[in-house]
Order: sequence, then C-alpha cells, then structure tokens
Amino acid sequence: MPNAPVIGTTRPAEVVARENGLTIGNARKLFATPEGGVVKALDGVSLQIRDGEFFVMLGPSGCGKTTLLRAIAGLEVLDSGEIYLGRDRIDSLPAYARPVNTVFQSYALFPHLTVAQNIAFGLQMERLPKPEIAARVEEMMALVRLDGLGGRLPSQLSGGQQQRVALARALAKRPRVLLLDEPLAALDLKLRRGMQDELRRLQRTTGVTFVFVTHDQEEALSLGDRIAVFSNGVPVQVGTAEEIYEQPVNRFVADFIGESNFLAAEINDDGDFRVADGPWRELSEPVLPAMDGTVTLAVRPERLVVDGTAPELVRGALAEVVYMGTDLRIRVSLADGTSLAIRVSPPFEQLHLTPGAEVVVGAEPSHLHPLAGER
Amino acid sequence: MSEPNRGRTPGRLPWFASLPALVIGALFTIGPLAVIVAFSFMTRPAQGGGVVYQFTTDAYRTSLFTKSFNGDLVFNSAYLEVFWRSVVQATISTAICFVLAFPLALWIATRTPRVQNLLVLAVTIPFWTNLLVRTYAWMLVLAKDGVINQASRALGLGEHELLYTDLASQLGLIYTFLPFMVLPLYSSLSGFDFRLAEAGYDLGAHKFTVLRRIILPMARPGIISGSLLVFMPALGSYVQPVLLGGGKVLLIGNLIASQFGDSRNWPFGAALSVIILALLGLCLLGVGLWARRTGTKVSLSL
Repeated sequence: MPNAPVIGTTRPAEVVARENGLTIGNARKLFATPEGGVVKALDGVSLQIRDGEFFVMLGPSGCGKTTLLRAIAGLEVLDSGEIYLGRDRIDSLPAYARPVNTVFQSYALFPHLTVAQNIAFGLQMERLPKPEIAARVEEMMALVRLDGLGGRLPSQLSGGQQQRVALARALAKRPRVLLLDEPLAALDLKLRRGMQDELRRLQRTTGVTFVFVTHDQEEALSLGDRIAVFSNGVPVQVGTAEEIYEQPVNRFVADFIGESNFLAAEINDDGDFRVADGPWRELSEPVLPAMDGTVTLAVRPERLVVDGTAPELVRGALAEVVYMGTDLRIRVSLADGTSLAIRVSPPFEQLHLTPGAEVVVGAEPSHLHPLAGER
Repeated sequence: MSEPNRGRTPGRLPWFASLPALVIGALFTIGPLAVIVAFSFMTRPAQGGGVVYQFTTDAYRTSLFTKSFNGDLVFNSAYLEVFWRSVVQATISTAICFVLAFPLALWIATRTPRVQNLLVLAVTIPFWTNLLVRTYAWMLVLAKDGVINQASRALGLGEHELLYTDLASQLGLIYTFLPFMVLPLYSSLSGFDFRLAEAGYDLGAHKFTVLRRIILPMARPGIISGSLLVFMPALGSYVQPVLLGGGKVLLIGNLIASQFGDSRNWPFGAALSVIILALLGLCLLGVGLWARRTGTKVSLSL
C-alpha cells in the first residue's frame, strides 16, 4: 500500500516521512571535471521519500540523480547536507553499515560466484546461521522466479535473469530502502516492459521503499508512485505521474516529460491573452506576464483539437500529416512562423486533412499551462 | 558442385610459409632439450668431460643412490636434500614476491590509464639491463664496504655479514623475479571491474572482506601464472646463489653447473636437468588439471 498514509495517523505525509521515511536535507556535491572546471552534481537537494513508496528520480544524464542515489548508498560522500533514515542520520555511516541496498546498472554480479552464492553473499556478511541463509536464498529465488538456477554462474544467464539475481541479492538483505540505478537500461524494450511489471509486483509484495533512477520518462511515469524530476543538480518538481504530466512547473519539465508545444502569448490589460493573430481569450488562472507583456503557454499535442470541439486558439496552415496507426500526428504552421504539434485520436476518417489547408486549432482553457517565470 | 578449394583460403598463406618458424622453434627450443635428454642416458667417459655414446641409466641412479665400497647401491639423500633446499628457497621467493607484488599491482591497477602505462613501464626497467650487472650492483650494495654497512657503521650499529649469505641469495632471487609476479597480477587486476567492490561494500562487506572474497578470487589466474613464472626459474637459479650466496650452499642450479664444470659428469648434470624439467612439468600438469576442474583461465604470460 505504497501511497496510503500510515495507518492510525492523519498527520501530513511529510511529518510521517521525517519519522519513518528517507529524508535528504540540503545535499551538496561538487565534482572536478578533467578540464579543471567544477560541476555541481547536487546543488542543495532536499527530498522526503515516504516509507514503502516507489519513488522515481528522473532526469537527463548529468542531472545529479545517480550521484544522489550513490550518496544514499554510501558510495559517494556528500560535501554537505544530511541524509536521515527515519530518525537516524546515516550520511556518516560507511556503505556496509547502512540498511539500504543497491541494484547496480551493470548488475555488478560476482562472476566467480554462482547465483545462490551471489544472493547469499550479503547474508554471510551479516553472519546469519547457514540454514537461515539457505532458506532466505531459496525464498528470494522464488520471489524473483529463478527457481532451479541457483547453481548457474552469472555468465550462464540472460540479461533479464542477471537482473533478477541482482534484485534478489539486494532484497535478500531485507533493506529498508532499495536503490535502483537505471536497472533496466541494458534490456531490450519487450524485456524492459516485463521487468517494469515485475518491479512493481516486487515492490508491492515486499513493501520495501524503492528509489529508482532513470532517464526514461515513460518508465518513470509507469512505475513511480511519486516522481522527482531533476535538472542541474536539483529536483525541479516532485509529484505523482499525473501532477508532473498535467501540471509541469516549468518549461524544462514540460519538455522533458512527454511532448509539449510552447506558445508565446500576448497579455492585455484586462488579463486576456491571445496566441499570434488568434482571438482574445480569458486565462484559466491568473499569471504574471514578463516585462514585455507576454507569457509562455505549455500545451500537450493531444490536448489541441482541429475538429472545432474546443474554443478557438489560433488558425494556421496544415503543414504535415503523419499516420501513426493509433493516432495522427499533424503539424500546423502559424502566421508568425512557429509550428504546433497536434495529436489527433481516432476516428479521424471524417477530418479530410489536406496539407496546405487552413485549420482552426482549439484548446480547452484548463489545458493551457502558463509557465512561471518565463516568456 | 565444384571441388572444394582446400588449403587456399583467401588471405591466408600456404602451410610452408610457417616453415621458418618451425625450423627456429625446433632448433632453439626442442633441439637443446633433446640433446640434454640424450646426454642424460649416456655414459660418462673415464676421464674429462663429454659423453660416451653408450646407453645407461647410471646418471639417474646417481641422484638417489651411491655405490658403496663393495659395489652395492646404497640410498644417498645428499642430492634429495639439494632438491629440497632449492624447492624451499624457490617457495619462499614466490611467497615473498606475491606479498610484495599484490599491493603494488593493485595500486597500479587503480591509477588512471596513462599513469598505469608509465608504472608498468617502470616495473620493466630492470629488464633493460643485464642480470649479471644488476647482481654485481647488489654485491656492491651488500659488501663489507657497501652502502648498507657504511650507513650501519655511521649510525653506530656496527658491521653486518650480508654478502655471501643465504639471505643475500634469497634477496637476489626476490629482486630478480618480482617483476614476473607484478606483471601477471597487474594484468588480471587491471581487468577487474571495481564496481564489484562497490557491490561488495553495499552488501555489507568491509574493505578486507571485499579484498579476500571478491578481488583475490578474481585475480587467481594472475596469482597462478605469476607464481609459476617466479617459482620455475627460481628453482633452477644459478646467478644469485653463486654470486650473492657465495656458492656456499649447494642448490640445484650450481649443482648442475658444477657437473658440467669441475665435476665433469655431463650425464649426471643432464639427468638433473631432466629431473627438474619433469618436476616442473608435473607441476604445470597439476595446475592445468586444477584449472580445468575449477574453470579458471590460466595463461603463462606477463
């Protein structure tokens, strides 16, 4: 029950997280580049990850998400900042003493040990009695559906199976938090879909907090109870998949998650706006325009219509129509030279879209998101 | 169907192109060995060196038995002891070389690629100079008036007998064969994925445990090939025991040398060489069988 509040409490989730979850406070980390420069991998990150949630850290490469994951694991030392697990401060503990475990991008399975020995390794480090280790290894192999493969070496397994061993090895330690560093990046698309379902299932059955790093926005949306979108060493937005997709806080998030059109809109003294030479319309939410009286509106391609079912936004010339099977992707050129990407859902047989024709692009007010602090 | 054009693969030379290589191999590696094996089964001339072309196994019997006054063969352990001393000295050399080389190889393997190349080059610097010259340098260092004794005197610690001792001989062996241990260890460690060490820490292993349970097992091919590359030449070493050890202790190397020199017993010298060869062959066979059973890859290379 990852998203549900802790039973018997009505306190805000943030307070519960501070007592039970993983709290990161103002984490900073600088790296020296080979060219002699300095990169701010973590530029004051503060996050609260709730107990038992599937938390995804999403961002382009070099945004700091992996550095943060490694700092939680203890494989990277923060320049400053704090990491708490519940009420215990863990950022000063060595990696081997932290109740968190990692599934590495490269799997990092020990090639000289069998599957069962790999899974048992972490338990042997805890000096558990042998029968208990054997039982836990069996249990883990069943959990990740690797029964009967305990005697194999990692080199005798497929990529997907190696992935399962890495998961079993980390979960065998019964960590409070499982850290996953782009674990599906090396798998092909079909396997990746399967493993996504598998990961969700594992997270639900074990109840362990998963912190999952990825640069794949589709993966993030489908997996995460909550998602933190990272850019330049800070999480720019934290929220559910729906919040992040429907209400991106800035142009970066709107652009990185899914596809977005960015329209420069003019604002008049009444607070109305218009795009290019379109009609004046009312804004759904008040917005502070930039110095030159314009504002940037973000709108998803599937929220724009060309069949007149939504109020007119702007007119343009149909530049391109691409048939994608599940939808049509069309491109409309506006008078000012910008072009709009629009996705039309079926049925589109009656639309008679011919390139060069004038089309009326419409959109519901609630689907036009003014972006803060931008024009 | 046309006749397959056998032996004419495009881009490949015909078999006789390898003739020069075969001739060189036969002449310079198999040839001398064949001569040694042949000599070991021949008769010692009544006077002087050389051999008489007459088959006998006397030379081999000499290694374990000696003729008593009445002509009976009596067991004689003198040469076995020589073997034993040589094996002990070679084993000590191998063990100490490993202890010294492992941290060095690990350190080199964890540098940046550029620095690694420079350091590997530095390890091979001794190969640029003749072994005898380097051994004489050690004699100068260890001598009565050598650097060490001068320093020791200056510090008021007195003079020490260093040159012409077992210790000097052992030191010389370790010095000579250290690179042969460092290089294979380095090559197996440089391929080590240090993310595996991180995985070890992550799973709760301390540094020493990671070294013992993850790094050492994966460096095993390097450890074996380094150990063989040190042990085998150290077993039959000649220069160090004679020049640094003063030849006071009889080892296989100088025992063999003396058979071809002062003792003028060529067949016995040849037989001793063949025995070492056979022992090392057995050693390699054992390692090979073990490697096949455990699936470890072992290659005898630097």
